[in-house]
Amino acid sequence: MESGRRAFLEQGARLLVLSMPAALAWEHILAGTPEAADNYDTAAHWWGFAIDIEQCIGCGLCVRACKDENDVPLEPFTFRTWVERYVIDPDDPDHPMVESPNGGYDGFADIPSSDRKVKTFFVPKLCNHCSSSPCVQVCPVGATFDSPDGVVLVDKQRCLGCRYCVQACPYGTRYIDPRTHVVDKCTLCYHRITRGLTTACCEVCPTGARMLGDLKNPNDPIHEFLRSRKVHVLKPQMATHSKAYYAGLDGSVR
Amino acid sequence: MEGVQGFIYPNELELQWSVLIVLYPFITGLVAGAFILASLERVFNVRAVKPTYRLALLTALAFLIVAPLPLQLHLGHPERSFSMYLTPHTQSAMAMFGFVYLWYLTVVLLLEIWLDYRKEIVEFWKASTGPKRWLYAALALGVDNIDAASLRVDDRLGRAVTIIGIPSAFLLHGYVGFIFGSLKANPWWSTPLMPVVFLFSAIVSGIALVMLLYIVLTWLRRHRIDMVCVDTIAQYLLYALIIDFSLEMLDLIHRLYEADESLKALDFMVRTRLWTSQVIVQIISGTVVPIVLLGLLQLGPLITSTGRSVLARAIRGLWEFRLPIYVLAGTLTMIGIFAMRWNVVIGGQLFSKSFLGYTVYKMQFATREGLLPAVVLMVLPFVILWVLVRLLPPWDQEETEPATRPARAH
Repeated sequence: MESGRRAFLEQGARLLVLSMPAALAWEHILAGTPEAADNYDTAAHWWGFAIDIEQCIGCGLCVRACKDENDVPLEPFTFRTWVERYVIDPDDPDHPMVESPNGGYDGFADIPSSDRKVKTFFVPKLCNHCSSSPCVQVCPVGATFDSPDGVVLVDKQRCLGCRYCVQACPYGTRYIDPRTHVVDKCTLCYHRITRGLTTACCEVCPTGARMLGDLKNPNDPIHEFLRSRKVHVLKPQMATHSKAYYAGLDGSVR
Repeated sequence: MEGVQGFIYPNELELQWSVLIVLYPFITGLVAGAFILASLERVFNVRAVKPTYRLALLTALAFLIVAPLPLQLHLGHPERSFSMYLTPHTQSAMAMFGFVYLWYLTVVLLLEIWLDYRKEIVEFWKASTGPKRWLYAALALGVDNIDAASLRVDDRLGRAVTIIGIPSAFLLHGYVGFIFGSLKANPWWSTPLMPVVFLFSAIVSGIALVMLLYIVLTWLRRHRIDMVCVDTIAQYLLYALIIDFSLEMLDLIHRLYEADESLKALDFMVRTRLWTSQVIVQIISGTVVPIVLLGLLQLGPLITSTGRSVLARAIRGLWEFRLPIYVLAGTLTMIGIFAMRWNVVIGGQLFSKSFLGYTVYKMQFATREGLLPAVVLMVLPFVILWVLVRLLPPWDQEETEPATRPARAH
């Protein structure tokens, strides 16, 4: 009994000590200056994202988790992340059948059975957190900016709602929040990753198809992913230096 | 998802730029075009267009005052727009709008109009009483020196301002074209030709507008229309139209020949959703028909009155009725240029950046970005122009007499 109480006190003291830096960092994160926090060094990270097409089963858990975590409106159709399903007839590869019903929020219906054999796969999409982002370039007031750790973020107190960045993004990842009239997009769950957590979508993905990666951390598994897999980015001709790396990406994906 | 065909990215369901953003290049184009017409007289000494010189300047000012309003109405947070002046993002094309606008408004237009009207303003000031006297005194900035020497300085300064004004007008509208042309994500917009096409279409629309305004206002004032002036303006309108049409066709042919991955999507769009506004209204009735009409009229003075051929008689007939033909050509041109702005702004958003699907633009009526505010914003410059014309009559003393000059011989 005595030892149980002692253990509890010890555990509690440890938890208190461990959570204090997190609490300290949290204040800075809320203030929009995570780099000022003692235990999160923006210069020590460079965030990227890895997606394994062959692992994605189109369950839509990531879409739901993202909407819950980041308060993304359910209506109209606005998404920080969504999943597309490609169905390609090998005889007509130039005309893939693509759909993303409600962004894949509710998963996908079965493909109607047919005699024809088709190729099909899912493609999760999100902000590519490009290091030469057209959206950052065009923002007239600098409300959209690159964080020092490689995440494209929006200062919602500064955004004019001119929508130029929405036009400039080649990937369709931005939308106007109908409640605030400013632009919104994937933040790579910045409030989570600066506390040592992964993104909500990665957290819930049942197959590990989505992986947050710190490109500055030599021990991060993303390096093994980039080394061992044939990876591709979306629309490389746009030269945006996207940091969303896809393994198993079909050439038909736009 | 009504109106959607094929696959579009989920966030593309809502169109980002509405009819108000169509008005923005349309209105700034009229400003730049009207100013260029004014500068023909001032800098290039095209005396024939003198009756429209001041009218063109006031038209440019009336439209320039309205130019930022559609943008303000469109912004999600218009109250923050001033931060574009205070802390602009220097890499952003859009951030420069405020500076280009202010430069053009203050350094070019207001200064030129003030210098040109200073003599009359002082005369009105001295001749009027009550609030009007105060108003003109304020407009004169309290300076009443209008002796010959100071008017000479005004004239020389005004000429210098016009010379600065021409590249500024090019900058104003070329810049608006750059905002669209520099977006690599959108193949419908992304072309280095965009600023040039915008500029020449601006010149076309500004010349057509001032020509129509001159004809209508002179008719309303029951004065005789100076046909030498209208003939000359129509000639310049024809030249500008030919350059504009050539540039647009160059863009089209280049796209068709190069046939990059976006061509199928864009081609489909033009053949379906943009067929009426692009092919019928912009290209055929807005450009080809005015070029043919104005081109045929150029033959008028060349045909002798003794020519008996069918063609000669037809052209003579056209020449006799050239005033309504000018009005028709000018009106078709204006509608065509509006359609061009529509096709650029709205057309550029009707296809998905995935090139796999299309959406539609559903214009609302009495909403912030609906048809009603768009109509109000298009009427507003004419109201401002009416006030400006009352305040600063653009008609020279000799112009207020019925015109006695004969029309060009035919």
